[in-house]
Amino acid sequence: MELLENKIGKKIILMGNEAIVRGALEAGVNFVSTYPGTPASEIGNIFSQIAKKSGTYFEFSTNEKVALEAGIGASFSGLKTLVAMKNFGLNVCLDALIPFVYTGTKGPTVILVADDPSCHSSAQSEENSRPLSFLAHIPTLEPSDPQECLDFTKLAFQVSARFKIPVMIRTTTRVAHQKMLVQLGKITKPGNVGRFVKNPHQFITLPPRVLEMKKELLEKIKKIKDFSEKSKINKLEIRNWKLGIITSGTPYLYVMEALKELNLNLPVLKLGFFYPLPEKKIKNFVKKLKKVLIVEELEPFLEKEVERLAKDANPKLKIFGRNLIPEVGELKPEIVSSAIAKIMGKKINLKSNILNLKSVKRLPQLCPGCPYWLVISAIKKAVDIKKVIFGGEIGCYMLFGNPPINLQDYLSCMGSSVGIAHGIKKSAGQKVIAFVGDSSFFHAGIPPLINTVFNKSNPLIIILNNQTTAMTGHQPHPGAPVTPNGINIENIVRACGVKYVKTIDQTNQEEFANTIKEFLEKDEVSVIVATRPCVFVAKKQNA
Amino acid sequence: MPKNLDQFNIVIVGTGGQGQITLLQILAEAAFSEGYEIKTSELHGLSQRGGSVEVHLRFGKKIYSPLVSQGKADLILGLEMQECLKACYYANPKTIFLINKYVVPIPLQKPFSEKEILENLKKCSKEILLIPAAEICQKEFGTNVVVGIYLLSLASFKKLIPFKPDSILKAIKKIIPEKYLELNLKTFKLAQG
Repeated sequence: MELLENKIGKKIILMGNEAIVRGALEAGVNFVSTYPGTPASEIGNIFSQIAKKSGTYFEFSTNEKVALEAGIGASFSGLKTLVAMKNFGLNVCLDALIPFVYTGTKGPTVILVADDPSCHSSAQSEENSRPLSFLAHIPTLEPSDPQECLDFTKLAFQVSARFKIPVMIRTTTRVAHQKMLVQLGKITKPGNVGRFVKNPHQFITLPPRVLEMKKELLEKIKKIKDFSEKSKINKLEIRNWKLGIITSGTPYLYVMEALKELNLNLPVLKLGFFYPLPEKKIKNFVKKLKKVLIVEELEPFLEKEVERLAKDANPKLKIFGRNLIPEVGELKPEIVSSAIAKIMGKKINLKSNILNLKSVKRLPQLCPGCPYWLVISAIKKAVDIKKVIFGGEIGCYMLFGNPPINLQDYLSCMGSSVGIAHGIKKSAGQKVIAFVGDSSFFHAGIPPLINTVFNKSNPLIIILNNQTTAMTGHQPHPGAPVTPNGINIENIVRACGVKYVKTIDQTNQEEFANTIKEFLEKDEVSVIVATRPCVFVAKKQNA
Repeated sequence: MPKNLDQFNIVIVGTGGQGQITLLQILAEAAFSEGYEIKTSELHGLSQRGGSVEVHLRFGKKIYSPLVSQGKADLILGLEMQECLKACYYANPKTIFLINKYVVPIPLQKPFSEKEILENLKKCSKEILLIPAAEICQKEFGTNVVVGIYLLSLASFKKLIPFKPDSILKAIKKIIPEKYLELNLKTFKLAQG
């Protein structure tokens, strides 16, 4: 595999996520954990293939919080650690993240978070992870392209080692799934096994010590700010001073493209550090300007910071940003060139003739042969779908909301279908069927199931056991590890105190439909474990 | 096309599972071997479940953005006809559309007719090349999985991409797994005519 070749200086084509893996290998990473989620999934997929060869410990954890906790344990034991997830995963692990920034690291630790502006591969929200950097006080780097993915990952490990703090790298879809020629450095062999050396002063976050820790953390951030002020990854490209531009991430690439296209020579401050921001550098930059344009994707967090800094440094400065650049959806090069052209009074000709047609809308579909089709047909045989509320969540079955299926009345985060079903049952009493995938059940479905038993409600929960984490690319999970004999879902459900539970292969349509009818009449929670492998898993098993 | 080519922009459109990502890999390798800077952008996950899939490749002297700008495509490779209508966003009157004569119906929607599609595409560009690639590959190999490779190879022979066909051939050999290589090499030959 080219990614593992130790050819220093060689250039190969890498995707952003591949470059992050390479950067971690060059930094000598020992321990990697993740829960799959697009656009971060390839990082785990690649480590699952190369871990043995590279001498790295790797696991797909049950969810992102557990992945981070595993990473914290590794860091406390002195290992170089990488934890990767998509934006929603950061919410799941936030409870573990904040105290970890207080305790700081022993082994350098990097947390990779991938956002998905425009929700190409995400449901639930167009989440921008940036404000969580302020909330958690976690140093955050934003690479623009695969070369920076490699370089920034190495730098993140260095910053973490130097300041004993976890460092976050925030990418977006267009960074994670961008490819270019990347220059390789030297792979560092992972070091020795870890050892946990007792140090309650560092590792226990209890008051009154926890408040001291917060002070120490803020002191650290001050020092990292000085580092950020001097860091070459916050780079200034000096040209003439009519209009200055401040940007980061892929928007930087669109800015450079626009300046080339418009034949303009404007000064650009490209920030590699989103947190802590190099405030002096920004102040010095805006001091010389009459106008500044902030080019950032999604909510204007950077713009607000610049406004705050300019009040002091250059009160007359005209700040452009959100008035020209949308807050919803990812940026495109033409949005940025139009914004710059407008401020500079230049005409821009986009040349394309946009057709005024009823649009070609091709929604994603369940695959042909997907075992979920059989669940859908059994439900439609068993109940009048207008009289039942259907709860969805994250996985291939979120496509149940699309026509012609129409079996989805609400959709939120992983595990939530069951929790929300309980609330509806308690409030409205209508019949509810909540879908939860097998990987999702292990991820966040068990506590809400226990809640229906503990607080006594009676939704019907259908666990869609296709024996893989299908949507993100068929990663294993505790019920379906690579080797057979995963944890049995029905046993867990019973152990939670559920009396009415049946595992059914949905090819048995009559039994499935009858069980739905029967269970919907129960006055306690009931569970059907619909068990039939994903077509792709079945193909592999038969191969 | 001269080596000092400033930039060349390709958008490939089709539906999930038509192999856009493999085509992108081949094109990127070929552009690399011709000595250009490259940037690509692709999508994974949800969008692959039979949805529309659009990938971008840009190469040239100095390339920043991985996305092709509105109206800036030099070549649009359409693996499915209806998807080409959306790709007009990237077209200007000089953009070449190289299109597989193939329609994947959209559930619950009346498909656009071939005539309707062509009439509309002609409003966007003068250079519309409709190729019965699916039919040709089906007839020759009994499968149309190689349609993308066929069109890509054809583009290189017709000089619609500024590469030597040999660069495409080398890239195919590098990217396509051993198991499928023979079929893909035959497809390349078929496109040579």
